[in-house]
Amino acid sequence: MFNLSDISKSFGRLRAVAPTDLHISAGRTTVLIGPSGCGKSTLLRLMNGLIAPDTGRITFDGEDVTAATAPSLRRRMGYVIQQGGLFPHLTTRQNITLMARHTGWAAADIETRLQSLTDLTRFPRDALARYPAELSGGQRQRVSLMRALMLDPDALLLDEPLGALDPMVRYELQTELAEIFRTLGKTVVLVTHDLFEAAHFSKDIVLLRDGAVEQRTSMQMLLAEPASPFVEKFVGAQRGLTQAPEL
Amino acid sequence: MKNIFVALALLLATSGVTAFSLTASAQDITVGSKKFTESVILGEILKFAVSGDGVAANHRRDLGGTRVLWSALLKGDIDIYPEYTGTIRQELLKGTDTHTLPLLRAALAKQGIRMSAPLGFNNTYAIGVKKETAARYGLTKISDLRRYAEFSLGFSNEFLDRGDGWPSLQTTYRLPQRDVRGLDHDLAYRGLESGAIDGIDVYTTDAEIAYYDLFLLEDDQRHFPTYDAVILYRADLADRAPKAVASLTRLEGTIDEVRMSAMNGAVKLDKRAEAVIAAEFVISRLQISATAIEIGFAARLWKSTRDHLVLVLISLGAAILFAVPLGILAAGHARLGQLILGIVGIVQTIPSLALFVFMIPLLGIGGPPAIVALFLYSLLPIVRNTHAGLRGIDPGILESAAAIGLEPRASLRIVELPLAMRSIMAGIKTSAVINVGTATLGALIGAGGYGQPILTGIRLDNTALILEGAIPAAILALAVQGMFELAERAVVPRGLRLKSVG
Repeated sequence: MFNLSDISKSFGRLRAVAPTDLHISAGRTTVLIGPSGCGKSTLLRLMNGLIAPDTGRITFDGEDVTAATAPSLRRRMGYVIQQGGLFPHLTTRQNITLMARHTGWAAADIETRLQSLTDLTRFPRDALARYPAELSGGQRQRVSLMRALMLDPDALLLDEPLGALDPMVRYELQTELAEIFRTLGKTVVLVTHDLFEAAHFSKDIVLLRDGAVEQRTSMQMLLAEPASPFVEKFVGAQRGLTQAPEL
Repeated sequence: MKNIFVALALLLATSGVTAFSLTASAQDITVGSKKFTESVILGEILKFAVSGDGVAANHRRDLGGTRVLWSALLKGDIDIYPEYTGTIRQELLKGTDTHTLPLLRAALAKQGIRMSAPLGFNNTYAIGVKKETAARYGLTKISDLRRYAEFSLGFSNEFLDRGDGWPSLQTTYRLPQRDVRGLDHDLAYRGLESGAIDGIDVYTTDAEIAYYDLFLLEDDQRHFPTYDAVILYRADLADRAPKAVASLTRLEGTIDEVRMSAMNGAVKLDKRAEAVIAAEFVISRLQISATAIEIGFAARLWKSTRDHLVLVLISLGAAILFAVPLGILAAGHARLGQLILGIVGIVQTIPSLALFVFMIPLLGIGGPPAIVALFLYSLLPIVRNTHAGLRGIDPGILESAAAIGLEPRASLRIVELPLAMRSIMAGIKTSAVINVGTATLGALIGAGGYGQPILTGIRLDNTALILEGAIPAAILALAVQGMFELAERAVVPRGLRLKSVG
């Protein structure tokens, strides 16, 4: 679905992404993981054209992602960020339906789609009239997800979607999100720094270090056969904190 | 959003039409006068004199100084005004050889201006002190001031700048005073009376000299030139209204110092209207029938209000329509933004009277230059707040707007401007209040408004008249602020006024 070949990106003197190739398969969830500053969020933002690469080529479903094509291609990729990025001046309903209204959907179609989204995310209908400031953190992320899914995109990009939530809500939403991704069967790219969250979502884990892919494999293989001392250290550091239930 | 701009545009269009109908009067001759009583009285006399023979004339009184009058005369916004030979030589034609009357006339003629023969009095400058002060320190002449460096002096602002004013007076007499401040001529008398200052500049025909019992120091080194009152008028007036010019010549030599001082006193001390004094003069001296039309309080207030509203609505409306897009531009381009903010910042520092005088050659006097000046002064708060409001938006929200596929223009309209609206409205409110206050200065260039009664009130020491301008101006400022607060409720989205629960 996404094909990144020989991509690099620097911000001033800081190199965020080293020349990298990355292929994201359609219809499954891929997790980008790594410590802060490893370039995982930058890669995600390169994919939907929020930033342009210094070198290399990015395609989405066979089409080049460029400044010219990005705005229309983005409507086929949902995007969820850590704080939700909800528009505070619009109600929940207006936030979710904004792009559908902007692109001229019929009111009835919007209503039908909204209904299926609130069902999918188990979001209370009566909260649709509320403003983002009146929602809890978990609700905000559900709204952000519904907004990302409104136009029924082919792919869904999520940048630390659960990063700002407290642990209880986070665990609950992890389970729900994984379930939703399975139901939808869409191409999902999720960025996290949490190894156990990564394992929760996918068997395809891309571990990044200094803007380059260090190892790409499943959780089990990361534990069993770390490709480098760095991988061993990264896994070890997180393993010491807690035990994942399914391990 | 769109509706607001449409409403503003309509408002602008209607007030523009009103302004036009106000300025496009069908009067034949326009007389001007400076903002001191003698000039206003002479202006009224000129108005009666030229309008006697079926010619219509109006009088733009209380204009803000020699430069304003002279520029307006050259531009043709006024046709006639009373001036003084000393002022013409020292100020208007400085650097030209004008030491004889024929040379003076020739120099004026080159600019298309003619000058009458002297009206009959010399109103020169003098330095006045209280009689007690003169007695205590043994002061009789200006050179005596050399002994009292600690004296504080208060001079009219024009005197401080003039070629024959304080700078050259100080040089001629080698005066040591350092505490020299500029203040309004009419306020200077009160400052002298209260003891806040020790000496002031006076015009020798001022009625206050007798009223406050002042002592005039002898100009022992003959520094001050003669200031014979004359009438300046445009050369083309002789063709347009020959009878009016003939009437003007009848005024020559009819007013001596005693008469002028008496007329000044009748207005300033006996509180009689300039028009009444002027009418009495032309009836008795020129045998012209003249009726002073007294304008009632309500009509005066209505006119001031209407003039003021026109100034404020057009200048503020145009500023909003111009400054918001400018702020958007500045927010979108960092370098250009610094340039834009720099320029509107500099505009703000230009003194208002300087800006007015600068614009007279282009726009004349009256409403238009005042509106342009107010427009320029209103830009900074709106541009700055629009810029700040847009730049202050959470980057995550901007990124989300782009990420869901909004084009930059749609993002601006649907997301960024609504989020910046509170800041933009705050800027507009600031501009509006400043605008209402600054618009009172419009009276200095004949734009009318609440500044007119304030100026006249200060000149005549008439508190009621000052309040007649000051109170409505304050009420208008509050009303405008209240109006924009209501508008803010309509345009600032409800979601932005909520406190977060999370």
